Amino acid sequence: MLRLSAIGVVILAVIGCFAYVGGWLTPGRLTPARFVDKFEQVFGLHPGFRRNHAKGVCIAGYFDGNGRAVRLSRADIFNAVHVPVIGRFSLAGGDPYAADGPGAVRGMGLSFSLPDGEEWRTAMVDLPVFTVRTAQGFYEQLAASQPDPATGQPDPARLKAFLAAHPETARAMGIIKSQPFSSGFANATFNSLDAFRFVNAAGMPTPVRWSMVPVQPFQPEPAAGAQSQDKNYLFDAVITAIERGPLQWHLIVTVGQPSDPTNDATIPWPANRERIDAGTLTINHVGGEAPGNCRDINFDPLVLPSGIARSDDPLLSPRSAVYSRSFTRRAGEQKQPSAVRVPDTGGGS
Amino acid sequence: MARQRQFTVLSRVLHWTMAVLVVAMLLIGVGMVASLGNYHLLVSIHKPLGILILILVAIRLVNRLLNPAPPLPDHMPAWQRLAAKGSHVALYLLMFALPLVGWAMLSAADYPIVLYGSLHLPAILPHDAMLYAGLRKTHTVLAFLLFATFIAHLGAALLHALIHRDGVFDSMAPWKARTTDAVAERVRN
Repeated sequence: MLRLSAIGVVILAVIGCFAYVGGWLTPGRLTPARFVDKFEQVFGLHPGFRRNHAKGVCIAGYFDGNGRAVRLSRADIFNAVHVPVIGRFSLAGGDPYAADGPGAVRGMGLSFSLPDGEEWRTAMVDLPVFTVRTAQGFYEQLAASQPDPATGQPDPARLKAFLAAHPETARAMGIIKSQPFSSGFANATFNSLDAFRFVNAAGMPTPVRWSMVPVQPFQPEPAAGAQSQDKNYLFDAVITAIERGPLQWHLIVTVGQPSDPTNDATIPWPANRERIDAGTLTINHVGGEAPGNCRDINFDPLVLPSGIARSDDPLLSPRSAVYSRSFTRRAGEQKQPSAVRVPDTGGGS
Repeated sequence: MARQRQFTVLSRVLHWTMAVLVVAMLLIGVGMVASLGNYHLLVSIHKPLGILILILVAIRLVNRLLNPAPPLPDHMPAWQRLAAKGSHVALYLLMFALPLVGWAMLSAADYPIVLYGSLHLPAILPHDAMLYAGLRKTHTVLAFLLFATFIAHLGAALLHALIHRDGVFDSMAPWKARTTDAVAERVRN
């Protein structure tokens, strides 16, 4: 009897251990699934769409490396290569039908196909710093922005309480508001925000952040109220621009010093850090989201080639986890057409 | 010639190595999908470990065909023989299916299948989001089936080792089994 009980205890202990690791015994634990649930609560459920950056359009082109970053990274992308790129312009937020506007954060997702079959994906936004340092902070910010069912608006008291508890967010908002946004996607600078590590052929790591800096001249966003009333004016403008001719960005790598924080995306690095122009991105195709194109790609920031590695930035692994969960959910859902329509010119990708 | 009491040394080394790897894999699997901060580290282990298990189970299947299992005790009831046989077939099938479905689902999702550094595997399916979604669900269902089969296998192994003490556990024991006579004597008692 004792032996039989011992066997029962062993079996239950094994099952309990699995249940604990799987999060079933700790319903309060923040998991990727609960993170994505929160997006669905805040923005509503829009089947088939990304849970964040839901509104978007597909782009394609190529990247020409110039060899200047080879001393920092052994990734093939930094040699003098010419590689195909597919990507996506998007607006932050989980509403695929949101109106374009001055307050919307713009995103650029890219996937570089390296010559040897490796891939590099990056998802950037046009903010100079990120608003939160950790996944928990992001979740709380998201929860604080949830519309109150009574008013349909976020509760200002909850937002205030969130900012009081997160001085780093208040500080980051100050930096963000101190710089004008650009007038569109084409002349926006898109930043990695998170820090990564470049690893060169000798195995030496270097902390970096990167940006896509437009060749198209900067123009500040018109004052609030002066925008077009069209719901898709930002997307329509970039679609028209790409159909007229290719748009270009320089991949600017900012080289961090040992004193620069790699674990805090809310803090900018000093302006005098070395910046390397590592190559040129050319976008010459634009197309509506469709099966098998950018719609069905997860721009997971941790899809990295050898020579680019994650840093100790606490946002990176949660981003990878939550993007993956969002992708898995939407992949199996019936897809709806995007609000962004691209006129068929035969050149769409 | 004496009746074979134990699996060959190679069979037992493969069994216990894979036992550790498969249990670790199941733990990493349930852990990573519930994890934010450790997600990337766990996924980075999950993929190459899955491919290692796929290679090992292929070697093991060949070994099993070349070196059959020792006979089960004569007094074992037919239903138990069937359960033993069935669960072993299920374990082999699942150990093949899980890594293959994992590889296939990453292919259908158009994820690069990175093992380590620049070492990666080719896609084995075309990019298709719906196909990915189906395979992803299948991967989870098969993983739970493997976990359930493992629990049944562990329970049966412990019953044989601690209650029946009929030499079945000794046949796969990591140590050298006691002599046939000693086992037979214990069975008689």
